[in-house]
Amino acid sequence: MNQASNFVEGVDLSFYIILGISVFFLVGITATMIWFVVRYRKSKSPKAKNIEGNNKLEILWTVIPTLLVLVMFYYGWTEYEPMRKVPKDAMVVKAHGQMWSWSFEYDDGRRSEELVVPLNKPVKLELISHDVLHSLYIPAFRIKEDLVPGKDNYMWFLPQKVGEYDIFCAEYCGERHSYMLSMVRVLTEQEYNTWYEEKLGKSDDPPGLQILKQNACLSCHSRDGTEIVGPTFKGIWGRNEVVITDGEEREITVDKDYILHSIYEPDADVVKGFNAGQMISYKNTISEEQIDQIIEYLKTLQ
Amino acid sequence: MSTATDSGYVNFFQAKKGLASWIFTLDHKRIGLLYFYSVLAFFLVGVLLGFLMRLELIAPGETIMKATQYNQVFTLHGVIMIFLFIIPVIPAIFGNFFLPIMIGTDDVAFPKLNLLSWWLYILGALFALSTLVVGEGPADTGWTFYAPYSVKTGTNVTLAVLAAFILGFSSILTGLNFIVTIHRLRFPGMKWFDMPLFMWGLYATSWIQLLATPVIGITLLMIIAERTFGIGLFDPAIGGDPILYQHLFWIYSHPAVYIMVLPAMGIVSEIIPTFTNRTIFGYKAIAISSLAIAFVGYFVWGHHMFTSGMSGPARIIFSLLTFLVAIPSAIKVFNWVATLYKGSIEIKPPLLYAMAFIFQFSIGGLTGLVNGALAANVHVHDTYFVVGHFHYVMFGGTGFAFFGAMHYWFPKIWGKMYNIKRANIAFAILFAGFNLLYFPMLIVGIMGMPRRYYDYLPEFTTMNVISTVGSWVLIIGLIMMLWNLINGYRKGKIAGNNPWGGVTLEWQTKSPPPLPNFLKKPELPEDGPYTFK
Repeated sequence: MNQASNFVEGVDLSFYIILGISVFFLVGITATMIWFVVRYRKSKSPKAKNIEGNNKLEILWTVIPTLLVLVMFYYGWTEYEPMRKVPKDAMVVKAHGQMWSWSFEYDDGRRSEELVVPLNKPVKLELISHDVLHSLYIPAFRIKEDLVPGKDNYMWFLPQKVGEYDIFCAEYCGERHSYMLSMVRVLTEQEYNTWYEEKLGKSDDPPGLQILKQNACLSCHSRDGTEIVGPTFKGIWGRNEVVITDGEEREITVDKDYILHSIYEPDADVVKGFNAGQMISYKNTISEEQIDQIIEYLKTLQ
Repeated sequence: MSTATDSGYVNFFQAKKGLASWIFTLDHKRIGLLYFYSVLAFFLVGVLLGFLMRLELIAPGETIMKATQYNQVFTLHGVIMIFLFIIPVIPAIFGNFFLPIMIGTDDVAFPKLNLLSWWLYILGALFALSTLVVGEGPADTGWTFYAPYSVKTGTNVTLAVLAAFILGFSSILTGLNFIVTIHRLRFPGMKWFDMPLFMWGLYATSWIQLLATPVIGITLLMIIAERTFGIGLFDPAIGGDPILYQHLFWIYSHPAVYIMVLPAMGIVSEIIPTFTNRTIFGYKAIAISSLAIAFVGYFVWGHHMFTSGMSGPARIIFSLLTFLVAIPSAIKVFNWVATLYKGSIEIKPPLLYAMAFIFQFSIGGLTGLVNGALAANVHVHDTYFVVGHFHYVMFGGTGFAFFGAMHYWFPKIWGKMYNIKRANIAFAILFAGFNLLYFPMLIVGIMGMPRRYYDYLPEFTTMNVISTVGSWVLIIGLIMMLWNLINGYRKGKIAGNNPWGGVTLEWQTKSPPPLPNFLKKPELPEDGPYTFK
């Protein structure tokens, strides 16, 4: 039976070799220890024998563990090597991570919230973080690699079984780290092609909402009135808010200027009761036209 | 014990009275006890925080606290347990109390520096606790303070980092003091290989404290510089490099793991000969392996960064070096077990803790091999497997060695004996609770649950419930253990100078020892430190 990815076998082999040796030694050490303590307890063994050591034994239990750990190292290394060697024909997807959501960008710039890939075709993920460290982890595929802001990093895999698998963020990234989840969906080539042509980047959502989703806005700003990290979007248009500007409180009405300013310089006017330093500037990612679309959408959330 | 023959004997408790005679004392024994009370207090705070975390994780979703609070709780738990508990616990308490006695001298080389170390410890602790009450609350970065999150977050990272910086100096000064003491103040005629093995553990540890701690000190100052003045060191948004932070952090923090565990290995090496009534097997192998662990431990830090984007060859070299550390650790374990062979064994509480150390430290060490292998690491890195692994080493190893040391030296320090039977029962509950708490973490980690998770998917629930129940059992055992010791202190029988029949020098003096440690010159055993007749 096929494993979910090409790396499952190697990682599990490396793991089970160590596990086998470990269980052997743990049981051996523990059983010997307990046996000695029982066998040589004072009532059975009133007089101890002072044995200061034995050079042969010392050599033996230095050499044997050395050989065993070299074996463990070897399998860890050889099964790991292919993880850094990406096949030339791999399909490239950019994996964007930011607090606290994933977004997968395909070759023509269209994006998806889930990673959808065709069966038996190698996939290379270019890992891009927009803020802090994240780590893309797919337990079923036995792969994990960090997204380091300001640095290029990558990972690859060959999906071998149709199905849906969890994606976690494995590197702590702040308040909603444990909610930074997504899925890999492995489809047959035909299904994938259909998805790629008809579904990728297409959505029934209004354009403003699509922009909000792509930029991870909704992981902090709810649409239903609950407070997460930032103020809710529900009823935000035209709302009166008390904001902190340079340490002073002032009252404002949420209008186009305020929204634009808040997206480009999020720490300038922070709504009272929320923390500065949580949001990055979107000056280079969201255009003014897109902000107009966002506003059109926000107006509908009353 | 009759007091008539001991007329004129004043123990170090009676020598002086009053609060000032304690907090400004230069006596290494009193400083050891100052550390004992303060470290134990912080340990209990850390336990309470751990208990709250386990309670939150008993079910998916919000249980008793919000996500941010949870993140602050696990950060504070880590900071307290690492910097305020496990680093100082054995060297600063039992090292201070017993190092001079066990090498037959009257104090450490620099008593005033020793007192300063304790005051720095208290100052650092106050800084750590102040994060609770001022500004935006305790740091929410994890005890690793990884950049650039630690540069961006609004919580009290600066204060927490400053606390760790100050605590670092406390640790450096203790290390310096011990190195000089061991070099210069050994009892006349005591050669290096005549020292008890606890001394070797402390000696190896002290060098790491002295040489590695400054690196973390500077690194933490760099975080403060970046947060306060916007100097781009680690945050790529202002020209820094987050991987640089990880290197600098682990250059200290991996050797620090050996600061935490080497003294514990020393304790085990003391307890086993005493309760087997025979000499230790492979003295030199155990002594030298301490130095080997300390030395190789400097070169393995990169194994914390196998998935960080570090270069391929670096990953391979760090993996190989990591496996080499396993060898001296294995040598120690084999020698301890061999010491039980043909002994005359008395199964008393300290020995039970030493046996638990061997079992749990072995699990901790062997699971470490999984982390060290590149391929297996990719799967388990940053999962609960790692959390389980290091709690097996730190708590199952060092923590249990600490409990063992408390039971071993209790009659020497306070001159009284606790109830042995209750101590055994408390041990059994602690042992069961510990394994129930941490073993499921290894399993849920292999299943794929990442660490530092406030919420989790439903398939991880069973293991989390077992783990939380384990935390309750553990705490019951802990309370019973402490209660029994407190009772021993209050109304225990007089223990006598040498209740266990130990042969190292501390058993030749009175219990509790007099202020100058020895009333008459101790006799050095002829055939090494563990000469049993």
